[in-house]
Order: sequence, then structure tokens, then C-alpha cells
Amino acid sequence: MVTTPGGGKDTLVQIRDLSVTYHTRLGPLSAVSGVSFDIRRGEILGLVGESGCGKSTLGRALMRMVAPPAEISQGQLLFDGEDIMAYDGEKMRDFRGRRVSMIFQDPLTSLNPVQRVDEHVVEAIQVHEPQTTIRVALNRARTLIQTLGIRANRLRDYPHQLSGGMRQRVMAGLGLVLNADLIVADEATTSLDVIVEAKLLDEFKRLRDEFNLTILLITHNIALVAQIADRIAVMYAGQMAEVGDVVTVFDDPCHPYTEGLLRSVPNVKLNEREVLYKMGGEPPNLTHPPMGCRFHPRCPMAMPICSAEEPALLPVVGDVEHLVHCWLHQPQTRGAEAQA
Amino acid sequence: MSASFRNFVVARVLLTVPMVLILVTMVFFVMRVLPGDPIRSQLGPKVSEAQAEAIRERLGLNRPLTVQYFDFLWRMVTLDFGNALTQGERPIRDELSELLPATIELTLPAMTLTAVVGVLSGAYAAQRRKRPADYAIRVFSIVVYAIPVFFLGLMFQIIFSVRLGLFPLAGRMDALLLRDFRPVTNFYVVDAIVQGNWPALKSLLLHLVMPSVTLGLILMGPFIRLTRVNMIEALQADYITAGRARGLPERRLTYRHALRNTFIPILTLIGLQFALLLAGAVLTETTFSWPGMGRYLVKRIELRDYNAVQSVIAVFALAVGAISVMVDVLYAFVDPRVRY
Ligand SMILES: Nc1ncnc2c1ncn2[C@@H]1O[C@H](COP(=O)(O)OP(=O)(O)OP(=O)(O)O)[C@@H](O)[C@H]1O
Ligand SMILES: [Mg+2]
Repeated sequence: MVTTPGGGKDTLVQIRDLSVTYHTRLGPLSAVSGVSFDIRRGEILGLVGESGCGKSTLGRALMRMVAPPAEISQGQLLFDGEDIMAYDGEKMRDFRGRRVSMIFQDPLTSLNPVQRVDEHVVEAIQVHEPQTTIRVALNRARTLIQTLGIRANRLRDYPHQLSGGMRQRVMAGLGLVLNADLIVADEATTSLDVIVEAKLLDEFKRLRDEFNLTILLITHNIALVAQIADRIAVMYAGQMAEVGDVVTVFDDPCHPYTEGLLRSVPNVKLNEREVLYKMGGEPPNLTHPPMGCRFHPRCPMAMPICSAEEPALLPVVGDVEHLVHCWLHQPQTRGAEAQA
Repeated sequence: MSASFRNFVVARVLLTVPMVLILVTMVFFVMRVLPGDPIRSQLGPKVSEAQAEAIRERLGLNRPLTVQYFDFLWRMVTLDFGNALTQGERPIRDELSELLPATIELTLPAMTLTAVVGVLSGAYAAQRRKRPADYAIRVFSIVVYAIPVFFLGLMFQIIFSVRLGLFPLAGRMDALLLRDFRPVTNFYVVDAIVQGNWPALKSLLLHLVMPSVTLGLILMGPFIRLTRVNMIEALQADYITAGRARGLPERRLTYRHALRNTFIPILTLIGLQFALLLAGAVLTETTFSWPGMGRYLVKRIELRDYNAVQSVIAVFALAVGAISVMVDVLYAFVDPRVRY
């Protein structure tokens, strides 16, 4: 069911009812189940959630990069209005890198250790644009790498000769060199120290403004999302719990899970040290997710219906842009909380 | 070439000296412990004890063992191996200058065949993991590993020579052509090309096919298996996933990215297999009557020709030592992370 508003000109990706299943020895594991949301052109969308909730799986599924034992078991992926689930192998290969590119967490292992930096960049260009000469490709590599704050003479280096920050810039450069519309950054800055991280994120923001990039920022760092994202998507146990404008969601989280998540973010003002909120319970086992709302066993506000039926991802009253997947905000049960 | 690299090479070369020394020492004494001697083995019981003693005197075999030993060591250092003790008592240096090129002409194509076909089929098996092609290649690798040289050689001789008449049964060249052939370097193939002697070249190449394929196949098993295992690991590396996300074609990921990273263990294997290559050459040369070092060695062991055997073994040991130094040096070129 299409519940998300939008799909107009400003929508770059429409994800509809997407499920990804890992076929494990213990049975099928639904790492992403029935997820629907949009990514808008030119936005930075922060995707957060506990470890194991399916963020990386979702990010890879966007470029159909799930390999056995995983499988996209259902759903639609529309990119610029085109159904990429219908693409054949060659079209999909061309789509990767040219339209969507991905920046991974560990830039050292994500670069080929026996290839120089410029070989990586030139290769990416030539695979997608075979008519480009090496000279032209090298020039493009040089310009791009300088834009990212790396001196051109580092192009002849091997990955292990660069610092972590530089490597991640190189990875970012590889993502940008083909002018992809969407960058999926999966914990791209997690391995960097805070100062380098802040610099790189500023860079992302500048590049977004300059090239009208769209960025899906997958991260554990909620403070980071608050800082640079336009919208936030909160995942829980393979489902989308809440989606909305960053300011709105931070000010007024509607899903009890989002609320708990925000309250467990440490505050750095030392004189106001408060006891951190610890969410009770553990994320569910995704081979046997709980009935009804997957969050109900841990939810402080659970109602009888929560363990029986699954809610839908619907807009909250008065804000069509703010979607939440919770019985507290479904038309049938709205206000039930007050009565209970 | 940094100073530390030079030091490394020097140290590595010096390390091979004790290795060669130990080996030739062992051969020196074992040969003399074996029953029989060069005189009786050639002339049998016909010669009288006095005659035998006279020959022994002439060959210097009646000197004290230690004198003979140090004499041999000194000759080895000066690379003047002295004369053979049997069959014409030619200078061993002259013998080697004919035998060594023949063995190299056999082993070089064999090793190339092994490395190229072994590595490529191992890589292909890895790419097709758990599919029929993978199983077929794995079975093949076990069969060629387990099969004895003489059996495989005999099969080839029966099928391709006796039955189909495609290749000559044995030897290095047609006897008729050999009569008029005037080798210069004793690398007959090179000589034939330089002299523009095409009938000789054709005969040489036809004679080379079966022995080199036999020897190549015998050594191929470990290459296939090692490549396959390392390729499977390399294909799961992050940089392959990252490359795929950049839209690089699978073939490029397999045969360029993963394979180039697999060269490091393969190089080690080439160094290790080299000793087996020589052992294989001994058997192959015997099977195909190839006039090289291997067949010579077998013959001279039977004749208890101490000098000849010691000298051949010394050359083998030097070759193995040289190859292993070369392999260690090559690491630096294959793996940019290795710095001495
Ligand atoms: N290869 C696999 N085989 C089986 N299950 C897997 C595999 N990879 C991931 N999973 C499962 O899929 C679920 C989602 O994993 P995923 O890596 O997408 O989570 P994540 O949100 O990115 O976690 P993190 O924040 O730790 O990176 C997890 O429950 C995980 O156990
Ligand atoms: Mg992840």
C-alpha cells in the first residue's frame, strides 16, 4: 500500500513495501520487511536504528546489492520513476556507480590494496565511459581529489599509504566521480576521529549543495543526523518506525522507540550530567519476530492491540510529512493512550 | 632500491649457501655409502683387483675421504666440477652445458603451462563456486595430482603417439635432423630459430609437447587448489563489494582485482613447487628419453659416478636457492605493502 506522500518531481527514489530475507540455517530472517519511504532529490536523509535493525541491508537493497543467502523477497524500487527491479544484469551494473554509489565504513578494506588511488578512479570512469581517454580520466581524478582536499601527488599512492581520513575522501571521490545522483554512505565516517569526521561531513554538505547530490546517511550517530540531515528515518527490527523532518522528529518524536533512542544519546554538557536512559529489552530475533508491532515487548506504552496487529506507517495528525508506525497514531486507536 | 632492500637481498643470498652446502655434503657421503663403485658398476667383475686399483688411483678415489670432500667443495666454488668418473670421463662442465639447456627447454614451458592454466582454472572454479564447473576442476586437480608421472606419460605415448601418431614417442629431436643440426647455445629451440632451421624447429616443438604437458599437468593440482581457495577469500573482500557497487563488471572484479591479490600466495607456491618441478623433470625425462639433467642423474646414480651426481645435485640446489631468492624479491613488486 502506498502511504507515503510525494512521488512528484522532487522524489528521487521511491521504496515500496520492500522486504529482504536472509535464508539462514535457522529459517528465513526478515532483515527488512515491508519498508516504504521516499528519498527526495537533493536531501540528506539520516537512517538510524540499533545495530542489526537492517540499515545496511536496506542501503544495499537500494542498489540491488543483496547476494545469496539474501534475497529481495518483495517490493518495488523506483529510481527517477524507473522500475529498477526490472533491470537486467548489464543495466543494473551500469546503474551502480553511475546513478547510485555507495561509501562503506572501512575505507582501507574497501580499496584494492594492490591498486593505486588513480587506478581506482580511472577504472571507475573508463568502465562507465569507455570513450574517455586515460589522460582525460586522470585529469578528472586530479581535479576531484583536490576538491576533496587531497594533494594531487597522493594519486600515485597505494591505499595503505594514506591516512584514514584521506582514504575515506578517496572513497567519497570514487562515489562522486561519475556524478551519481544518490550516495549511500553506510557508516562512512564511523572509523574517523571526530574532527576529521566533522570535516568530511561538511564536505558532503558542500558537495550536496554544489552538485545537487542526494545522500542517504546510515549511521549510529544521532547527533550527526541532527547536525547535517534534512530528514530522519528511524528503523526498528527491519521496519520503518518513524520518518520525518529532522527538527520535527527531534522536537516531537511520535514513536516510543524514537523517543527512547533520542533519550539515550549522551549529553556532552558535563555540569548537566544526567543518568542516561537505557532502553529495556533486546531487539527481537528476526527469524521469529514478535506478532503485531515488533516493538511492543519493549514498549513502555504498549496496548493490547499492539501485540495482536501490526500498525501501518501513517502520517500523524496535522503533518503529512511526518510518518509513524505506531498504534498510538493510527486513526482507529488515536487517543487510546489517554483512555488507558 | 633502498639500502635495506639491498641488505635483504644479500642476506637472503647468503642464507642459500648453507642450504646448498648441507645438500651436497649429504649427497657426497650417501653416494659413497651405497654399495658399488664407479669402476665395478661399469666394468663388472671382469677387471682384476689390481686393474681396479689402478683406475681408482687415476680417478683420485683412493685419496682420503676428507681430501676428496674438500677437493670437491673447492671445485664447486670455482664452478669447475672436474671430470666425470664414468662413460668417457668428460669434463662435467661440458656435460652440463648440453644437459642444462635441454632441461630448461623442458621445464620452462611446463612451468608456464602449470602456472597459467592452473591459476586461470583455479580462478574460474572460484568464480563458479559450487557449480558443475567448479566440481569438475576440483576433481581434475586431484586426479592430476595423484597420477604418477610415468603412467601419465605412458598414456600420452600410447594415445597420442602410437594410436593417433600426432607426436613423436620420445627424444628431443628427429635423429635424422639431429645429425645435421649444429647447436650453438644448446638451447635447440633458440638455435633453430636463430639459424632459420624450420624443419628442426618443427621437430623440436613436436617433441616438446608431450613431455612438457605431462610435467605441467603433474604440477598443476596445487596451483588450482591454492588459487581457488585464495580467490574465494579474495572475492569476499570488501574491495570486491565496493567495486561491484561502483558498477565494475564481474569479470574485471574476478580476473583483475581478486586475482591480482591472489598472486602473493601463488608466488610462494611457485617457489615451493620449483623443487618438485626438478623432481618431476627427472621422471619425465626418463619416461620420454629427454636428454636432460634428470635422465643423466638417474643414469649416473646407477653408475655410481660420484662426481657427476654431486655436480648435478649442486646445480639443482643452486637453482632452487636462486629461485627462492627471486620469489622473495618479487614479493616487493607484487605486493606494494611489502617493504624490506
Ligand atoms: N550474511 C548474513 N546472513 C544472515 N543474516 C544476516 C547476514 N547479514 C546480516 N544479517 C542479519 O540481518 C539483520 C540486518 O543486518 P544489517 O547488517 O542490515 O544491520 P545494520 O542495521 O546495518 O546493523 P549495524 O548497525 O550493526 O551495521 C541482522 O539481524 C543480521 O543478523
Ligand atoms: Mg550496518
